[in-house]
Amino acid sequence: MRYSALEILKQGLTGNKGWRPAWRSPEPKSAYDIIIIGGGGHGLATAYYLAAKHGLTNIAVLEKGYLGGGNIGRNTTIVRANYGLPGNSEFYSHSLKLWEGLEDELNYNVMHSQRGIINLFHSDGQRDAYARRGNAIINQGDDAILLDTDQLRDMLPYLDYDQTRFPIYGGLYHPRGGTARHDAVAWGYARGADKRGVDLIQNCEVTGIDVENGKVTGVQTTRGAIKARKVGVVVAGRSSQVAAMAGMRLPIESHVLQAFVTEGLKPCIDTVITYGMGHFYISQSDKGGLVFGGDLDFYPSYAQRGNLPMAEHVIEAGMTLMPMIGKARLLRSWGGIMDMSADGSPIIDRTHIEGLYLNCGWCYGGFKAVPGSGDVFAHLLATDTYHENATRYRLDRFSTGHGLMDEEATGSQHNLH
Amino acid sequence: MRIPGLGHGIDRNRKVGFSFNHRRLTGFGGDTVASALLAKDIKLVARSFKYHRPRGVMALGSEEPNALITVGTGDAAMPNLRATQVELMAGLKTRSQNAWPSIEADFLAVNDFVSPFLSAGFYYKTFMWPRGFWEKLYEPFIRRAAGLGKLPMAHDLTPHEKAFAHCDVLVIGSGPTGLIAAWAAAEAGADVILCEEDTMLGGRLLHENEEVDGTAGHLWAADMSERLAAMPNVRIMTRTTVTGAYDTGVYGALERVGRHVFSPDEALPMECFWRITARATVLAAGALERPIAFENNDRPGILLSAATRGYLHRYGVAPGSRVAVFGTGPDAHRTARDLKAAGVEVPYLVDTRSDAPALEDTEVISGARVTGTRGRKALRSITVGARKLEVDALAVAGGWTPSVHLTCHMNHRPVWDEGVQAFVPAEGAVPGMVPAGACRGVYSTAGCLQDGLRAASDVLDMVGLTPLSLALPAAENGAEVPTPLWHVPGQGRAWLDFQNDVTVKDVKLAAAENYASVEHMKRYTTQGMAPDQGKNSNLNALAVLAEATGRSIPETGTTTFRPPYVPVALGAIGAGARGAGFAPRRLTTSDPDSRAMGAPMIEAGLWFRPSYFPRSGETHWRDSCDREVKMVRETVGVTDVSTLGKIDIQGADAARFLDLVYANKFSTLKPGKARYGLMLREDGHVMDDGTTACLGDGHYMMTTTTAAAGPVMSHLEFVAQCLVPDWDVHLISATEQWAQFAVAGPMARAMLETLVDDAIDDATLPFMGWMDVTVGGVAGRLFRISFSGEMGFEIAVPARYGASLFRLLIAQAGAFGGGAYGMEALNVLRIEKGFITHSEIHGRVTAFDVGMEGMVSKKKDCIGFAASRREGLLRDDRERLIGLKPVAKDGQLLAGAHLFTQGDKPIRVNDQGYVTSVGYSPSLGCMIGLGFLRSGPDRIGERVRMVDHLRKVTTEVEICAPVFLDPEGERARG
Amino acid sequence: MLINCPFCGPRDLREFSIRGADVALDRPEGTEWSEAWQDYLHLRENPAGVSQELWQHTGGCGAWLVVTRDTRTHEIISVRSAREAAT
Repeated sequence: MRYSALEILKQGLTGNKGWRPAWRSPEPKSAYDIIIIGGGGHGLATAYYLAAKHGLTNIAVLEKGYLGGGNIGRNTTIVRANYGLPGNSEFYSHSLKLWEGLEDELNYNVMHSQRGIINLFHSDGQRDAYARRGNAIINQGDDAILLDTDQLRDMLPYLDYDQTRFPIYGGLYHPRGGTARHDAVAWGYARGADKRGVDLIQNCEVTGIDVENGKVTGVQTTRGAIKARKVGVVVAGRSSQVAAMAGMRLPIESHVLQAFVTEGLKPCIDTVITYGMGHFYISQSDKGGLVFGGDLDFYPSYAQRGNLPMAEHVIEAGMTLMPMIGKARLLRSWGGIMDMSADGSPIIDRTHIEGLYLNCGWCYGGFKAVPGSGDVFAHLLATDTYHENATRYRLDRFSTGHGLMDEEATGSQHNLH
Repeated sequence: MRIPGLGHGIDRNRKVGFSFNHRRLTGFGGDTVASALLAKDIKLVARSFKYHRPRGVMALGSEEPNALITVGTGDAAMPNLRATQVELMAGLKTRSQNAWPSIEADFLAVNDFVSPFLSAGFYYKTFMWPRGFWEKLYEPFIRRAAGLGKLPMAHDLTPHEKAFAHCDVLVIGSGPTGLIAAWAAAEAGADVILCEEDTMLGGRLLHENEEVDGTAGHLWAADMSERLAAMPNVRIMTRTTVTGAYDTGVYGALERVGRHVFSPDEALPMECFWRITARATVLAAGALERPIAFENNDRPGILLSAATRGYLHRYGVAPGSRVAVFGTGPDAHRTARDLKAAGVEVPYLVDTRSDAPALEDTEVISGARVTGTRGRKALRSITVGARKLEVDALAVAGGWTPSVHLTCHMNHRPVWDEGVQAFVPAEGAVPGMVPAGACRGVYSTAGCLQDGLRAASDVLDMVGLTPLSLALPAAENGAEVPTPLWHVPGQGRAWLDFQNDVTVKDVKLAAAENYASVEHMKRYTTQGMAPDQGKNSNLNALAVLAEATGRSIPETGTTTFRPPYVPVALGAIGAGARGAGFAPRRLTTSDPDSRAMGAPMIEAGLWFRPSYFPRSGETHWRDSCDREVKMVRETVGVTDVSTLGKIDIQGADAARFLDLVYANKFSTLKPGKARYGLMLREDGHVMDDGTTACLGDGHYMMTTTTAAAGPVMSHLEFVAQCLVPDWDVHLISATEQWAQFAVAGPMARAMLETLVDDAIDDATLPFMGWMDVTVGGVAGRLFRISFSGEMGFEIAVPARYGASLFRLLIAQAGAFGGGAYGMEALNVLRIEKGFITHSEIHGRVTAFDVGMEGMVSKKKDCIGFAASRREGLLRDDRERLIGLKPVAKDGQLLAGAHLFTQGDKPIRVNDQGYVTSVGYSPSLGCMIGLGFLRSGPDRIGERVRMVDHLRKVTTEVEICAPVFLDPEGERARG
Repeated sequence: MLINCPFCGPRDLREFSIRGADVALDRPEGTEWSEAWQDYLHLRENPAGVSQELWQHTGGCGAWLVVTRDTRTHEIISVRSAREAAT
C-alpha cells in the first residue's frame, strides 16, 4: 500500500484498521541467488538496490535478531558528505545524493533533515586542516563554507566564546549535512525490499558458510541450510566472527561507541555541532532530545554498553563548549559495536572465496553511508565490478599500502580512528 | 485536600509559600510540590507530549510520568523536574510546561481531536510531498509541537560537583529490605554506603499504615536510621539515586545536595555526581505499582493506589473527597480502607476478582472493570459497564512491577516469573550485586526483612566477613499476587505510556503492521522511550503486544533498561568542566614574563605559548612577526622551547634502542653530539621528529615535538617493555624538569658568551654539539642546534631557574639589538628553511613523502621499516613535499588550498596536492609555503594553480625545493 | 571499571590506555614486507570472548600490561606485566 496524507486520512476515518504489514515474515526457502547476511541498514539497503536497480529478487536477508537491530538503531543519526580523502569523498557524496531522494524512492518518510553540520576548530593548525578538507568537499562538488567567529556567534550564540578552555577560531559548515530518523531508514528499505519480493528472515542466525572448491555454496543457519550462489556479509561489529566461518581474518577490531540522549526539550539546537578539542558532537532530534556522542571507549567490546569515564569526558566537553546544556537531563545512554578497520575507512570487496563478498569496516560512520553502501555493494554483487564511487574500498590496500584512507591520520591502530 | 491528623512527613508548624503557574499557594515543610498541589485540589498540572492532554499527578517519586514542571524563572529555570520530587521551599516558583498559551487553554490540545490521524508512526507515512517542504514546513512545526520543557539558552552557572566513594557494601534503597541489609552488613563490620533516593529512609514504610517490630513502620525506619547513623562504618546518603551499574562494581549516583532542601544553602552545590566503587552490592530498589490501561485512564485525578496511600500517610493529603478505587486485589482494598479511616468518602471499589471481599460503607463491584472516565481537566465520573459513577478521584492498583532496572545495565535481560507475574532480575545479572526484596518479587514486609538479611549474608560472604545472627523484627506477612489486568478492552484510547502518549491501539497497530518484535514495537510507537523510560508502562505494553501477536509475555521478550535510572543533569555529570575547567593548563616558566611583555598566549595542546611580542607602533600581528623574523636573521632572538618533549634515556642498550626507534642510525653518535632523528610508526608512516643528544655512554636526551611528547613516551615504553624486554634501557620524561630556550641569530654566540662561563666557540661547541655550561652560577646544558637556519643554540637549565634565565636572555638579547620572538616568527623561520612540523608530518606521510627516504638506514631494522617498504608507499606519483612561491610577488598562499595542473578544472579527479604551511617571508619579500604534490620533486620549476574555494583565492604558484634560504646550511654551521 | 595493576593494585579505568590485541608483542623478524607483517599490523582475531590485550598504566606506573578480558562481559580475568609476558 502506498503511504500518503490521503491514506492517513482514509485510515484515520475508518479506525486505522486497514493498515497492511510493512513487510512479510516468510519462511526461508531452500535456495536463493544471493544471500545477504545481516538485516541492518546496510544489508537491507543492499537487498533493496539489488531488487530495485538490478532486478534481482530471488534474495534473502538473514538476520539473527530483528530487522534494524544493530547500529542503525543505536547511532546519533548524522548524515553528511564532508570527507577529505579521495575514495571517501566520492563515496559519501554519492551516498548523500541518494539520501536526498530517499523519501521519494522508498515512499517512507525517513525524516532526512538537512539542517547543516558545523565542525568547530580551535587553532590555526586545525583551521588549515579543515580548510584542506573543505576545499576537498568542494572539489568533489559538495558544499562547505568556512565560518569565522562572528558568523558563528550569529548562528550559534549559545557557545561559550569567552571562557572556554580552547577558544573557538571558527567552523567548517556543511549545509547539506544533517540528520535522519535512524529506525525509519531500516524500515523504509525493509518495506521496499519486501515489496519487490526479497525475503527478510528474522531470528535466523548464520552458523556456517559453506565453501566447496574455493566457491561459496550456501550457509548454515539456526533455521536450516540455505543454498546460494553468492553471499554478502554485512554484519558490522560481528564481521570477524562471520568471516571466521569462511576461514578469514579481517583487519577489523570491534569496539563500543556510546551515545546519549536527553529528555525532550523545545527546539534549541538547529544544526549538528562538533567540538574540535574533545570528543563531543550534538544535535537535537525532532522529538526534542539532545542527541550526542563522543569517541570509543577504546577497549574491544561486544557488550553494547560502555563505562563512565568516556561518558563523563563527552559531557565535560559539552559543558565547556556550550554550558547551556547543563540543565538538560541525560535520559538514556547506549552503546553500539563498531567494526573498526585498520585505516578507519570501510571495505567493500570480493574475497579470495568465489561468491563471498564483504562489506564492513564502517567504524563509527556507517549510518550516513547506508544508501551509498547498499547501492555500491548491490552493484558489486550483481555485476562483479566495483561501482565507480567505490573503487578504493579494497581489502588488499592494507598489504599493498596503496590507497589507504586514514582520515584521522592515526595509523594502523584500530581503536584510534 | 489536606486531612487533619495525618502526615507524619510534614511539619504543620512550618508554612511555606510558593507559586504554581503564578498562583500563590502555601504548603508545609516536608511537602513536595505534588503533595502541596494535591492538598489544594489542583489537579491539572501538565499537558501531555503528543496530544496535549490535561494531566495531573499520578505517582509519588521519580517515576512520575505526568507532573513534569519547570522550577525557577529566567536563566535559572530548570525544566522537566518531577513535581513529586521537588521539595517545597519558601519562594519556589513553579510552572507547567508544554502548553501555550496556558495550561488551561492549550492551543495544541487540538491534536487530541485529530488523534485518529496521529496514530503510531503516522509521520513515516506522510509529509513527503512536496519535496523540500519537510525541512521548511513540516519538521519545524513538529519540532515546536514536540519537546517538553524549554531550556534556558544562557550558560548554565548552576554549581555542581563530582566525587568518588568506595565501600565494602553498597546498599541501594532503604525500604525494609535495604535497612535491614545495611544494618546486618554494618554489624558484621563492613564499610557500608546506603543510598536512598527519597529525603528520608524507609521506602514503602513511609507510605503505609503498618507495624514493624510492634511500632509504626515509619517510626521503626526512623529508629533504624538513627541506629545506622550512629555507626562509624555506615554512610547514609539520602536524596541520592543510584543511576547506573558499570563494570567491576562501579556505580554512578546522583545526590541532590544543597538547593533542594527546605532551607537551601547557597554555598552547597545543587547536585553531586558520585562514582561509587563497591566490592559488593545489595539492590533493594523495591517495586513500582502499575496502572491499568482503560479508556481515558489518563485524566487528572486518576492516581496509583500506592501513591494515594503515600500522599495520605506521609503528607496528610487525599486526592479527592469522593474517591473510587479500581484494582486487582488487596492493594485496592488497603487503599479504600486507609482512605476511609482518614474520613475520605470511598463510594466504590471496582475489583476485577469475582470473589472480592466486601467492605463496610463501600460498594464493592466484583468481577468488574472501569471502562471509561469523564472530566477533561479533572475527573468527574468513571464508567463501570453501564453505570456512570460520580467521583472526583480514582486510585488504580494494577499490581506491582519489580524495579529491575539496575540489573539490566550490564545487558542481562530480566526473566519472567510466573509466580509474581512480572520480570525479575536474572541470576548474576550484575557481578557482585545481590537483588533482594520487592525488586525480585518479594512483596510482604516480613518477606523483605528476611530477604534483606539473606542478601546481607551473601554480600558479606563476597567481601570475606561473617554475618552475625540477628533477630528478625515482626512484620506483616502474606502478599497475595493477584491475577494481573493489563488493559481493559474498549473502543476508545487507553493509555500505556502516559509520557509519550502511547495507547493500546498504537501497540496493536504496530503488531498489525508487523512491527511485532518488542524492539520494533517500542521504536515504532516510542513506547517506553520517554523520561520515565517505561517504568510505569513497559509491562502493560508487552502484555498488549503479546496478546496482539498471540504469544505469551516471556515469548514476546522484553526491552532492556539503560542507564541512567533517572535523568541526570548534564551539568552534574560534567561538573567542573565549564569554562577553563575542561583541561589542565600547562604553563612554561617564561609565561608570566611573556604575558607582561604583551604577548598573546595561544594554546599548543595543553600548553600556552607566545604568539608574538608586540612593540609600540605595531598595529598588526604581521608587523611584529616580520620584525621578529628579521631580528633573528640579523641579530639574535630568544624563544622558549620548553614545551618540547624531553625524554632521558639510559642503559647499556640505549644506543641500540635508539637505532630501533629512529629510522636513522644513532649508535654512531658520540658523547657531546646531537643528531636529528626521524621516528616512524610501525605502519611505516612518520610519527615524530626531533634531536637527540648523547650525554655520555649509554645516556641520551631525546626531544620530541610538543604535540607528540605523550604519545612518543608511551611508544618508547611499549618498545622497551614489550618488544625488547631484555634490553637494558630506562626512560623517564624530563619535560617539566628543564626550562629550555632557543637563542638564534648571527649574534647568538656573542650574546651567549656574555652569559655562560665557558668557551663556546666552533671548536669547543661545533654545530650539532652540546656541552655542560654554567650560566649565572647554575649548571645547565647548551645545545648547538637550530630550527631557524641561523646559528642557533638551545640553553637548558633546571626549571626552577627558567624564569630568571629567560629575563636574563631577553635583557642580553636587547643589548645586541635582538629580543624575544614568538610562534608566528618561529613558523616563518622554519618554513624558510623547509623544516617540517606536524603540519607536514600529519600522520599520513612517509619518510619518502617528506624527502627523507635517504635518512632511513637500510643497514638496520627500525620500527616501521618493513611496513614502509610496501610498494604503495614508495610510488613516485605519491603526494610529496615541495616548496611553493607565488609567481606574482603579491600572490597569496593559503594553507589548506589544493593544487591543480595549469588548465585543469579544480575538481577532485584533477587534484594534484595541497598546501600545508604558509607564511610571509620578509627575507624573500613574498609569501612562501610548503605542501605536497603528486610526483612533487620531479616537478620543481613547474607552475601550478593553487585554488582555495572556501576563501575564493586562486594563485599561480611555482613549485620549488622545500628550502627557501641558505640551502647549504652555512649560517647554522657558522 | 577497575584494573588490577600488578605494580599498583586495583586502579580505575581512567588511569589506563589500551593499544589492542597482544599480538603487538610478537613483532615479526625481517625487514621485508610480508604476510607476517600484515598479520601483525592489520589482521585481528577480534574474539567475541576471552581476549588478550595490551594496556598501559599511563596515569600510574607506566607499565605495559597483558590483560586477559572477556569482550562480551568486560570481565577481567587476569593482569600481568607485559615485560614478563614478552621475555
